[in-house]
Amino acid sequence: MRRRFYPLISLLMFFVLAGTSFASSEEGHDLASSDIPDSVEGFKHLWREVMIDITVIGVFFALVTVYFLITYRRKRPGQEGRPVKLSRAAVFGWAIIPVFVFMADDLYLGAQGWSLWNSYRTPPESSYEIQLQSSMWSWKFTYPGGVESYNEMRVPAGKPILVRMTSSDTIHSLFIPDFKVKEDSMPGRITYLWFYPKETGEHLITCAEYCGMMHSSMAGKIIAMEQDKFDSWLASEQAALKAEEGA
Amino acid sequence: MSGSKGGVGKFLKEWIFTIDHKRVGILYLIGSLAAFAVAGLMAMLIRVELSSVGPTITDPNTYNVWLYFHGAAMILGFQIPALTGFFANWLIPLQIGARDVAFPRLNALSLWLFWMGIILALLTFVVPNPPDIMWTAYPPYSILSPGNTAFYSFTVLIMGFASIAGGVNLITTIIYMRAPGMRWGKLNMFVWCTLGAFILQLIFVPILGTAVTMISMDKYLGTTFFSPTHGGDVLLYQNLFWFYSHPAVYVILLPVLGIIFDIVATFARNRIFNYKVAVYGGIGGITLVSGEVWVHHLYASGMPNWIRVGMMMSTLLISVPVGLCVLSIIGTLYRGAIEFKTPMLYAVGFIFLFLIGGLTGIPLALNSLDLYIHDTHFIVAHFHYVMAVAGTFSIVGGIYYFWPKFTGKMYNETLGKLGFVVTFIGVNITFFSMFFVGFAGMPRRYFDYAQMPQLESGHRLVTFGAFILAVGFLITLVSWLHSLFAGKPAPDNPWGSKSLEWTTSTPPGPGNWAEVPDCENFDPYGYGE
Ligand code: HEM
Ligand SMILES: [Cu+2]
Ligand SMILES: [Cu+2]
Repeated sequence: MRRRFYPLISLLMFFVLAGTSFASSEEGHDLASSDIPDSVEGFKHLWREVMIDITVIGVFFALVTVYFLITYRRKRPGQEGRPVKLSRAAVFGWAIIPVFVFMADDLYLGAQGWSLWNSYRTPPESSYEIQLQSSMWSWKFTYPGGVESYNEMRVPAGKPILVRMTSSDTIHSLFIPDFKVKEDSMPGRITYLWFYPKETGEHLITCAEYCGMMHSSMAGKIIAMEQDKFDSWLASEQAALKAEEGA
Repeated sequence: MSGSKGGVGKFLKEWIFTIDHKRVGILYLIGSLAAFAVAGLMAMLIRVELSSVGPTITDPNTYNVWLYFHGAAMILGFQIPALTGFFANWLIPLQIGARDVAFPRLNALSLWLFWMGIILALLTFVVPNPPDIMWTAYPPYSILSPGNTAFYSFTVLIMGFASIAGGVNLITTIIYMRAPGMRWGKLNMFVWCTLGAFILQLIFVPILGTAVTMISMDKYLGTTFFSPTHGGDVLLYQNLFWFYSHPAVYVILLPVLGIIFDIVATFARNRIFNYKVAVYGGIGGITLVSGEVWVHHLYASGMPNWIRVGMMMSTLLISVPVGLCVLSIIGTLYRGAIEFKTPMLYAVGFIFLFLIGGLTGIPLALNSLDLYIHDTHFIVAHFHYVMAVAGTFSIVGGIYYFWPKFTGKMYNETLGKLGFVVTFIGVNITFFSMFFVGFAGMPRRYFDYAQMPQLESGHRLVTFGAFILAVGFLITLVSWLHSLFAGKPAPDNPWGSKSLEWTTSTPPGPGNWAEVPDCENFDPYGYGE
């Protein structure tokens, strides 16, 4: 009689285990801490892990298939298979065990994916904010103070950058391959992404949502500059803007 | 085919006014293969364009029309009609022991609606301003576009009516027209799979119909469903679209799996491994879960964060029923007596392609990883492996498998196998290298990639593979034509299958059997006893 409860107990234990894996991965990511999570590193780490995971599964299934194909090839004409008659227990075993294995793997990856997701979607307090308006077919960036630039986003290196975006005509998607991130910009909605240029340098921006004829030419770049160079660039642009308004 | 004039007229009349499920099925097949040929030609043109940086053979507007046509025609005109039109119509009555479908006239109606859809889709190449809105047709672009979006809407609507009529018809057929003794517990896997696919079609096609009607109303009648400046919302469409189109990939996958199950059982002379779990857990599970994952296409679309996380979990969980089906297919090989005829080669090829395609779905399901690879060529490689190519392998394998039965001719085994080998090599060169091009950052739907010229060699390799692939399909076409004109007459049951469709004469006449078979002691997978 007691044996009946075994599956139930193992199911419970399974969820408890899964739960702890969630909890521990949440702990590792302390939202309140001041150090900035590195999503690019997180991406590379998780990507590697997932690739290993699916390669192992894939190679295992492929090898089993090849083994069966060779071992059970027809050796004489008219030969029939020798089907296995599964007992009741075997039927359930062949269902429950794979289901558990698949679900355990799913939950394990899901937990990690979720915590990386949190870091992707939680811009640090200290982020520098830039507004983006996309249109067919260009990117317009607006900095605090009203300075605008087209297709070139200048940012201070060493600071997390938060881009808030919308679109004036159709949907575009701000895609920054180097920072492993993208987000759609849409008319009537405001969306965001953030990234962390640790060093100075240039990075490609390109459009990832089909937007018509010039979709593939909607490229731009991010120029990460030293903080003081950025400040002086912004100040001079600001002065030019003032002068223009005064005129 | 008689030579006299009256003979030709009679012949045409017999086919055009036919309500016989087998002829309806074959006419579906002809239409869907025509769509496949034209859309395949588009694919080759697309690959040539991408083979070098800068404009190669055309301009962006024409390129976008090709790409639109390729996607829409392959899914709506080739795969869905080949599977739910040809295979389902031709095969289900034969497998359940019925003389025809439940509503033969309705069946003819859905066939001719489908043909209207095919003709409408082909008109893309003659009208001015053809649509350039991609198969997804997201607004606002589909509304702002100078192209004739209405073409898309009406093609979808007509094909949708055809699908709904077909779904009602075949679900009724499966429930009420089974031969005496043909109990649920011993139906062919193909019948189960198709039942699941039709249930999904009936629930979700109307939603796609609604969505495409709304874009045409916005564009031509001045409504503002998707216009934020007038209180509309652009994301509404994407939700409606994927609410249908994610299940749609399972509408394709389920019959595809069904064909593979049946081919594998026949050529391994073996029972389906763990039949009940495959049916209730695998096929039932896919049917249930496939409606709850659509947001995985919208991970980068600014949906609320919580729903993007929830649908990450449901997407991952779909690997459970899919895994059960794969386990069952591979398990059917165990202790079998496997014979490698052309259909079986395609089935084996399917297993490998599907493994690669399915497993690369896992990183996409993880929303944080998808923020990078979404809308890149990585996605294109994923769905070509899992749906486009694996699905086509199942369709081509299925055509070879049933070829002797529906044409009455045998095909040439050497030509068939040669076609398989060349196609399999071509497919893997094309789409495996496409994973790398995509992971290097190449976005989808790009006419050019001047900003990442370093990808040119990768693109070259993809295009090279595509040419091999095309040669493979041409060999297959030659083998079919060769068989039609010079094939030997086929026996009733060339594969020694135990399944009911092989008990008919070849090709099966009107009414399928002289007497409806008694299935009390029948088992479609009764091998080995
Ligand atoms: C283990 C199972 C699978 C998982 C976890 C999975 C996951 C995904 C995800 C998350 C996407 C969206 C990626 C993006 O656009 O960023 C996607 C795209 C797609 N998948 Fe899968 N997939 C699986 C199996 C399948 C199957 C079986 C089919 C078809 C038979 C399929 C067909 C497609 C198609 C057509 C697209 C792209 C649609 C488009 O954007 O045009 N997938 N898949
Ligand atoms: Cu774009
Ligand atoms: Cu999907």
